[in-house]
Amino acid sequence: MAETRYTKDHEYIRIEGDTGTVGITDYAQGQLGDVVFVELPEIGKAVAKGGEAAVVESVKAASEVYAPVSGEVVAVNGELEAAPGAVNEDPAGKGWFLKLKLKDMAELEGLMSEAEYQNYIKTL
Amino acid sequence: MATDADVADANVAAVPAAPEAIVLKTPLHSRHVALGARMVPFAGYDMPVQYPTGILTEHNWTREKAGLFDVSHMGQCFLVGPDHETTARALEALIPADIVNLAPGKQRYSQLLNEEGGILDDLMVTRSIDPDEDGALYLVVNAACKTEDYAHIEARLPTNVKLIKAEHRGLIALQGPAAEAALAAIAPEAAGMGFMTSRSMKVAGIKANVSRSGYTGEDGYEISAAAAKIGEIWDTLLLDATVKPIGLGARDSLRLEAGLCLYGHDIDTTTSPVEAALTWSIQKRRREEGGFPGAARIQREFAEGVTRIRIGLLPEGRAPAREGAEIATPEGEIVGKVTSGGFGPTLNAPCAMGYVTKAHSAPGTRLDLIVRGKPLPAVVAAMPFVPNGYKR
Repeated sequence: MAETRYTKDHEYIRIEGDTGTVGITDYAQGQLGDVVFVELPEIGKAVAKGGEAAVVESVKAASEVYAPVSGEVVAVNGELEAAPGAVNEDPAGKGWFLKLKLKDMAELEGLMSEAEYQNYIKTL
Repeated sequence: MATDADVADANVAAVPAAPEAIVLKTPLHSRHVALGARMVPFAGYDMPVQYPTGILTEHNWTREKAGLFDVSHMGQCFLVGPDHETTARALEALIPADIVNLAPGKQRYSQLLNEEGGILDDLMVTRSIDPDEDGALYLVVNAACKTEDYAHIEARLPTNVKLIKAEHRGLIALQGPAAEAALAAIAPEAAGMGFMTSRSMKVAGIKANVSRSGYTGEDGYEISAAAAKIGEIWDTLLLDATVKPIGLGARDSLRLEAGLCLYGHDIDTTTSPVEAALTWSIQKRRREEGGFPGAARIQREFAEGVTRIRIGLLPEGRAPAREGAEIATPEGEIVGKVTSGGFGPTLNAPCAMGYVTKAHSAPGTRLDLIVRGKPLPAVVAAMPFVPNGYKR
């Protein structure tokens, strides 16, 4: 079964085997407001944990999306080019950004579980 | 993800509030909170950046129907002298617009200038239509600049002209194609007004000063009334199904599409009105006679041209270029910088404005905007990006 982990910077990564789907949380999209553009990485790019993986732009401002773990970009959500609003409407589903082939499964240990993340955003 | 609200909101703040700044509230503050607005610090005030529907919806609503904005944070004051000529001359010593020949009931956009011809602030100047108030000029200045503006003006007024702060007043703007019908329903006199004119009238039974102006590129009005009463006008206008409250976020995207300058971003103490492409706001008599701060520079710029000028830019694709992005030629030579930029909801595309060297300012010129280190192709475009809806 897929398991989802979260960063303090409001990215999620949904793990299936050795691959993770990365996006931003519902909390994050609410904070950003209307998303108008998403800049996605090239397929094949190697990203380090905490490094910039994508950029999401709302009407107001640009925000960086960091890689929750290290890995290689194996897919990006090209649908966002024409429909960036999917990030607002369905951040955990159609609004995903990219898929990573994980370099080190142990890096997942430092991320929050669903319950931990829900508690975390209550403190913000 | 970096979701620092302060960073995001700095985009709409003319000048970031100092950390120790006292958070002031407009007379409409409790209404914004009750409407579910997201409140942010702006020029020392706690202001609504957006309501629950969000900036895109609010922007589009204003373009299609009517948006209601709280602009009570802006500085309202009166210059009062013995007669129009005296007060107008006192103000003309500080700004480059022709105020002596401003007709009763008319309004003009201008700039407070420093001795070097740089812009200290931009402002609206209105001459009362009421003969009993001849000698009074009504000014509206930017919230972030008002303290400095008042000190600057007061220090330079002759003894027979006084500055009277109107801190007991609120100010709201009703903007959009449905604005006329919505306001005329509660203030019938508003219907016949021309663009950039002002009248005093009863609005929903409350004494108010109404001008046909605004800062969104749309037809609309600004309504000034006593702080204790402005909420009643606000509430009455919101009863109209075509009117919705709009926050500072959409105000910023609307004025950007309209090609209007935001002080502290597109204009500041280093830019002159000629460089800022605001020459239309300096009437012929003042160009010829001078007599305002920095007149030597501005007259020289009129005669010889400027080396840099404010232009509009339309990036290709959908990636917005933000304030601070460098502007380069396709060969890679840096020729300027973006001063305002974002996504234009009405354009459904990004747009920006900035300063470039004169040689690269002609509409149609191809330039690159450097966004996150990468050149983004763009073309110099005439402004406004979205045609304005003013009733002339």
